[in-house]
Amino acid sequence: MKNKGLNKVDLIFEKINAEEVLKKAWEMSNQSIIQQILDSGLKGRGGAGFPTGLKWKYTAAIDEPEKYVVCNADEGEPGTYKDRTIMENDPQSVLEGMAICGYAIGANKGYIYCRGEYPYVVDILNQAIAQAKEKGILGDFDIEVRMGAGAYVCGEESALIESIEGNRGEPRFKPPFPPVIGLWQKPTIVNNVETFANIPIILEKGADWYKSIGAEKYPGTKVLTLTGDINNRTVFEVPTNTTIREVLYDFGGGIKDGKKFKAVQIGGTSGGFIPESMLDTPIDFDSMTAIGAVLGSGAVFVMDETRDIVNVVARIAGFFEHESCGKCNPCREGTKRIHEMMEKLDAGQGSSGDLSLLERLGTVMSKACLCGLGQAAPAPVLTTLKNFNSEYQAKLN
Amino acid sequence: MYQLGNLVKDLSDKHGRTRESLLPILQGIVEKHNYLTDEAMVEVAKELDISAAEVYGTASFYTFLDTQERGKYVIRVCKTITCSMKGKIEILETLEDMLKIKAGETTSDKQFTLLETNCIGWCHKAPAMLINEIPYTELTPEKVVEIIKGYMQKK
Repeated sequence: MKNKGLNKVDLIFEKINAEEVLKKAWEMSNQSIIQQILDSGLKGRGGAGFPTGLKWKYTAAIDEPEKYVVCNADEGEPGTYKDRTIMENDPQSVLEGMAICGYAIGANKGYIYCRGEYPYVVDILNQAIAQAKEKGILGDFDIEVRMGAGAYVCGEESALIESIEGNRGEPRFKPPFPPVIGLWQKPTIVNNVETFANIPIILEKGADWYKSIGAEKYPGTKVLTLTGDINNRTVFEVPTNTTIREVLYDFGGGIKDGKKFKAVQIGGTSGGFIPESMLDTPIDFDSMTAIGAVLGSGAVFVMDETRDIVNVVARIAGFFEHESCGKCNPCREGTKRIHEMMEKLDAGQGSSGDLSLLERLGTVMSKACLCGLGQAAPAPVLTTLKNFNSEYQAKLN
Repeated sequence: MYQLGNLVKDLSDKHGRTRESLLPILQGIVEKHNYLTDEAMVEVAKELDISAAEVYGTASFYTFLDTQERGKYVIRVCKTITCSMKGKIEILETLEDMLKIKAGETTSDKQFTLLETNCIGWCHKAPAMLINEIPYTELTPEKVVEIIKGYMQKK
């Protein structure tokens, strides 16, 4: 995959000699692999941004013969298709990353949990696993693909584990976290597809090299997917110090049909809405958090001047009402009430009292919900109330 | 109502009879018959030695494990934000006109079920839909007519 010559960064999609990297890995001690990953500064690419090496270190330290590696390929975040693209183009890098993780933490079994909407990707993965087994390059590490069945919440790691176990995909109470007690109550590393795809190249080229790319606190690259009112609706990989403006105008080719920019939502449907004034922010995890947004899955959803923000947020609220699993009260009730209030506002029947109620409810949800779904669900509402308040005011009754 | 035959037994032999086999077994039934009948769920419960309520409780959690009757071809039109911004309504209306059913319904000859679904991961090529397992993207009403005609001739 090419970056259209705009940037000389092509980590994930660059073909590296897998057999060489794995041979190198098997010669290293598990501790020195974990140290390399720690030193590289790699953080989880699924959205939470947890340091990958640290996660592995926790699990490696536990004295338990049975441990698991799980690859989260339940890419349900609207606007996101990066994991599908990675698995279609370079499934081997994911398998290699998982096998290296298994060796580092002391696990010999891995699962890839792929969303039910991608059955064709399951076929690609199974082929890649068969090829790798035939060549014997994964050592004694075994990988099995499990398919989801259309539940957004299963992207949450503990819900995903429940689903592999054959249960309803409802998130677990935490702590304990999966690195300590995970699949079948055993220590389990759950990492995103993109995170695993970064592992082989870090071992190939070294932690220092990797750390020199992108932002200091969130080094490396991020695969972004552009959607909405943008000229290039495509997938590409950028160093993490790239700004949102560069993403939209250099890679994205600007707003479609010569229209003006209104807003961009980054990180998927649970991400914050970003106005023009914040476009010079780099996309790395910490810079995004500092402006009240998230990097999340790397989805970049662009809206032009003609889009009605209140209407867009009302539709997003409908998505969360449907996808809430119903286990915890703040999410089950909150997503429903937010959707109701947003519909009312969108229909021009809301009052300023509704706006303050929305803000209170959203704040409660972001603190009180059990998992990331409910905690992030009010983000589109809260960030638009803040950054696009005039849109709401214009629709009040 | 479809004939269950030895399907549940075969799937249980293939995937095993522990709790973790439940989803793959249910997915295997849906792959063949597009939905789960009450009888199928009871059979699975017997094979796995768990209660039928457990099977139903799990199946009903997942959108793709339908417990209501579905046609031979299940059409799922993406209703999530990018697709709805790029003309999902026209796509749905075209399908409703052609099939003479509303979203959520099945044609009387049991060939087609029309559903709306959340994001299917083809946002850059919106609007998109799935027919059984196959994604169709960058849809226009004209394209939809051609695709459905193709399926109608298949039966």
